[in-house]
Amino acid sequence: MIHQYKSNGYNMVLDINSGAVHVVDDLVYDVLACMQEGTEGADDVCQKLQDRYQESEIKEALEECKDLKQQGMLFTEDIYEHAIDVFAERPTVVKALCLHIAHDCNLACKYCFAEEGEYHGRRALMSYEVGKKALDFLIANSGNRRNLEVDFFGGEPLMNWQVVKDLVIYGREQEKLHDKNFRFTLTTNGVLLNDEIMEFCNKEMGNVVLSLDGRKEVHDFMRPFRNGKGSYDLVVPKFQKFASSRNQDKYYVRGTFTHYNLDFAADVLHFADLGFKQISVEPVVAPPEADYAIREEDLPIIFEQYDILAKEMIKREKEGRGFNFFHFMIDLTGGPCVYKRLSGCGSGTEYLAVTPWGDFYPCHQFVGNEEFLLGNVEEGVKRPELTKEFKQCNVYAKKECKECFARFYCSGGCAANSFNFHHKINAVYEIGCKMQQKRIECALMIKAALAGNQETQA
Amino acid sequence: MKHITTLNTKSLQNTVKKGGCGECQTSCQSACKTSCTVGNQSCEHKN
Repeated sequence: MIHQYKSNGYNMVLDINSGAVHVVDDLVYDVLACMQEGTEGADDVCQKLQDRYQESEIKEALEECKDLKQQGMLFTEDIYEHAIDVFAERPTVVKALCLHIAHDCNLACKYCFAEEGEYHGRRALMSYEVGKKALDFLIANSGNRRNLEVDFFGGEPLMNWQVVKDLVIYGREQEKLHDKNFRFTLTTNGVLLNDEIMEFCNKEMGNVVLSLDGRKEVHDFMRPFRNGKGSYDLVVPKFQKFASSRNQDKYYVRGTFTHYNLDFAADVLHFADLGFKQISVEPVVAPPEADYAIREEDLPIIFEQYDILAKEMIKREKEGRGFNFFHFMIDLTGGPCVYKRLSGCGSGTEYLAVTPWGDFYPCHQFVGNEEFLLGNVEEGVKRPELTKEFKQCNVYAKKECKECFARFYCSGGCAANSFNFHHKINAVYEIGCKMQQKRIECALMIKAALAGNQETQA
Repeated sequence: MKHITTLNTKSLQNTVKKGGCGECQTSCQSACKTSCTVGNQSCEHKN
């Protein structure tokens, strides 16, 4: 199975099962379409294409395609389904926690799935004791995994900063005793950010996610303080300073786009113009009835925006002022193994969210939904049947994924999205899938453009 | 090749034998928190 498409003047071909990416001329593009339909004999292909190309050319192109097929770079078979079954039977280890260090927030963002930090529950801050037990649980349940990830999340984690610091110190002590390596990360809205916090984070946090939505009017509309005043002017200078102090690396300014700013390419470019080099702007996850939710009819506009952004990124990169856009990042040479690509995000199995009072949920998106309460820091994970259900959330569990060219890049999508839209965790969120497919097409095209393949442009 | 330029030569199939160590980053811990994405993650091993 191959996926072929035209983008920005490039004829792109993705061999789905090997991951090989080819840029081809019009002739090969048409020959491959014949092969995809099952027409492979030289005479048959020539007959189909004789109106457009000379026979000798067609035969030459067909030979190139067959060569690559023989080398396992075109029309390769899917050999992974059995391997992933065996892989999924391995004992469960926990390797990542999302610590809800504060169920409270100093902003009142309109799209917040945490409902202004409260997660359908009460306002609360995680105590040092609960946090310590969470880290102990992680170490004890991590098997032979060495790299353990802990994200300080909220609400707004800086509202409980002392506990964040104390837990990092505790983690650093424990990692030596147990031969582990903690990778701490922090997600913040920036309101309480100051020099002391930046300095600590630069020393201890492997990544920081800085929440910023884009242009001032866009940001302030969705991310106001509780009194309605916008937060852009307060946080932008702090984020600029923070990004610069991290040498423009190991951070993301991260925004959410909604139905209200479908022209989000302008927001991404606004970040780039502010000097940020690591940028992520992502579609809102919202119930379909929300006024700001992304709708099916928004998709053509969104696709156009991704195209605009991709072209501008190529231009800026060639001018020496490029930047990274998280959703267009794709590692064609050192990317993850096929197990990682097929086995889903790990929510509910190797990745858990921990509430301020120590309850476990499959991930931050499920927090507050009692149906998904998995256990707690005192007793561990108590719902093996639910864990098993999450463990089986791989791409082969979903028929739509089995047929999708993007399956090795999204790993089957988000269980929380699926639950929000279909009330089960192993369905697909179609709008999200279509956006994901578009982003992968753009990402591969960018690779082609920057590989200097101008001669293959149509 | 006259008609085809290949951008990468490393096959996913080669990762079946060596892969699966699980040391790489959990996708939702990266930047997203809402959109499952693994294509942009990096392998912890260089081979």
